[in-house]
Amino acid sequence: MKSLTMALLCACLLAACSHPAAEVSGAAKPERAPATGVASAAASKETAPAFAPPAESDIPAGPLGDAIRRGRAIFTDTSKYAPDYVGNTLNCSNCHLDAGRLANAAPLWGAWGMYPQYRSKNGHVNSFGERLQGCFRYSMNGKPPPLDSDVIVALESYAWWMSKGAPSGVKLAGAGYPKQGFKPPQPPDYARGAAVYAKDCALCHGADGQGQQVAGRNVFPPLWGAQSFNWGAGMQQLDNAAAFIKANMPLSRGGMLSDQDAWDVAMYMDAHERPQDPRYHGDLAATRAKYHDTPMSLYGTTVNGHLLGSEPAR
Amino acid sequence: MLRILALLALLAPLAARATDAATITRQGNGKGAAPCMACHGVDGGGMAINGYPRLAGLDAAYIRRQLDDFANGTRSNPVMQPNASALDANERAALAKYYSALPVPARFAKPPVAKPDASGERLAVRGDWSRGLPACVQCHAPGGVGVGPNFPPLAGQSAAYIASQLRAWQHGTRRNDPLQLMQHVAQRLTPQEVEAVAGWFAAQPLPAREGEP
Repeated sequence: MKSLTMALLCACLLAACSHPAAEVSGAAKPERAPATGVASAAASKETAPAFAPPAESDIPAGPLGDAIRRGRAIFTDTSKYAPDYVGNTLNCSNCHLDAGRLANAAPLWGAWGMYPQYRSKNGHVNSFGERLQGCFRYSMNGKPPPLDSDVIVALESYAWWMSKGAPSGVKLAGAGYPKQGFKPPQPPDYARGAAVYAKDCALCHGADGQGQQVAGRNVFPPLWGAQSFNWGAGMQQLDNAAAFIKANMPLSRGGMLSDQDAWDVAMYMDAHERPQDPRYHGDLAATRAKYHDTPMSLYGTTVNGHLLGSEPAR
Repeated sequence: MLRILALLALLAPLAARATDAATITRQGNGKGAAPCMACHGVDGGGMAINGYPRLAGLDAAYIRRQLDDFANGTRSNPVMQPNASALDANERAALAKYYSALPVPARFAKPPVAKPDASGERLAVRGDWSRGLPACVQCHAPGGVGVGPNFPPLAGQSAAYIASQLRAWQHGTRRNDPLQLMQHVAQRLTPQEVEAVAGWFAAQPLPAREGEP
């Protein structure tokens, strides 16, 4: 008993010593979130103007406010409010954090003023509505809502309201994901990524990447498999995924992972099967050549002994 | 016959001691662990007013890890540290299983109405991303009903208990959270916000059986 007491005492002392004093003394005053390294570096280089969206409480009353609120509801609970157009269990707000408001998490206010825009993805000038249709087709693995549907109009209303006062046609600081100049020190590696995933991601997203659900609803979204985004989504590109992860994951601890860890685990995530690219018509190599001809996509390549896209999740 | 009965009466507590979690909750384990029910209630519902948490219906792996962490000091508590240390590994496992199998007492389906506090609700369901604070329910599940062995339910839990844990994370006396998520989140909360968010969760109903609609 005496030795147990000593052992416990030693353990407590050791724990006390190894615990950084700063954390205890800093406890009394609330701490601001640490700015993520990538984000601030990218922003200062570009000197892109900053923008802060209006508070949610500023959504006006009346029919326009109703449409804006409906847009927000669709954005945060997509399969409930736009069930006809959604083919998985994700919500827009899984990747566009804080209901599309958060800088460096592809905020709506960073996108609204940049449309119409020519997109090499489909080779023509896209309206904002068509861009939203792409989200439904690929990221939501569903069907594009018609441009004049209440779903698209509500989402446009929400994005427009959130962007009030932002300059038009100007790339704002915090728009998109902070991928400019964000390169892996070494080429991303599947095995290293698996280790990062087990250590820092599986807690929430599950050992098999399927997320965690309560009463049939996602608490944490699936990262691959039948209920995740499909092979045509932006997040299957390594640079998008790495920048999102670095800036935002794990929730509340954005910037925690090293650049290398973020790239490695992005590759690990994107080297798993997911629903087929809807532009696929029977020829994987041809689909890769036409739509995935970039080292940022693993689609149609062999990783860890598996040809990705050959057995898409259903 | 009398001798056999007497022998049985002698043996019964001994046999029960090793494995019978229910007995430990009522009588302690005879080796320094107090009866759990003295603080956590006969039905495992806790004593909200004193900040003693509900254990009934919590995830078994979660309870087990808390007992281990009380003993090893990563969750420091003057009451639970000696009690958990006096339990052996089998007893901790048995108690975790026992409490996780207890039904959530019916009163949790309809908690007493607390004074509505807008800032508590806002933090719980929206967060404050300008300070890097996700909504609490993004990890603790919509309504705070909890998910899996790492994100315990907050709905209906004692406000005094939730607030004391947030302060324990702020002060580093509790540091057994995976990826230090709660230590980081808690440090961004003001004392008023700690009380507000704890009060909001304490007022949320908890379905009688978790995981079912």
